[in-house]
Amino acid sequence: MERFRMEIESLSKNEEFARVVTAVFMSRLNPTLEELDDVKTAVSEAVTNAEIHGYQGKEGIIYMELQAEDQQLTVMVRDKGVGIPDVKRAMEPMYTTDKTGERSGMGFSFMEAFMDQVQVESEPGKGTLVTMKKKIGR
Amino acid sequence: MEQSFTYEARGHMLVIHLPKELDHHNCRNLKYETDLLLSENYISKIVFDFSQTEFMDSSGIGVLLNRYKQMTANGGKVALCGVNRQIGRVLSIGGIGKLIDSYETKEAAIAG
Repeated sequence: MERFRMEIESLSKNEEFARVVTAVFMSRLNPTLEELDDVKTAVSEAVTNAEIHGYQGKEGIIYMELQAEDQQLTVMVRDKGVGIPDVKRAMEPMYTTDKTGERSGMGFSFMEAFMDQVQVESEPGKGTLVTMKKKIGR
Repeated sequence: MEQSFTYEARGHMLVIHLPKELDHHNCRNLKYETDLLLSENYISKIVFDFSQTEFMDSSGIGVLLNRYKQMTANGGKVALCGVNRQIGRVLSIGGIGKLIDSYETKEAAIAG
């Protein structure tokens, strides 16, 4: 298994950085352009969630781990933020805690649409781990 | 690099040229800027120009949905143009395809 780990500050400008790093790591699996776009979108959703929900826009570190084994890509995005009290509800399409109306509430739906598997482990006060898997180049 | 929106007024129409990457980071100022433009001008239609946009996530969907709600609440319209394949898939998964008409060119979106 090949593995890559990084820690990034919870800042909105790092959303793009996280996507680009993931795309570069993933290129060793010879993905199609569509697969690259799918994974970049899912990573963007998970990192944005960590930043605006996990850390509530405040300071924090987002931990990312990428794994490649055979043709399987695994992306883990973890924060040590506030956690999600009800994961099932948070994953419902259109569910959002946002009051401005600018957030669609589709973050988890997008991760599920663009990846093969999405698993969310969370504990209030401890943080959230999102693990996403996708078979590349099928 | 900081990417921003550029706005083009065409009579009662507002064309919003979207940046290369439409994510949460680049969407932060859009609400404030468009709210300001909509409050100071009579705008009956917004055209979102995606011709420079290569990436979009659900943050972009949130922005489009909110502008759609704002405009239709006052009898206004929203249209899209210059959408590439990846953006098209994101729009369709986000349910925008059924709500907002999409045109190939800016001129067609303005006329449509």
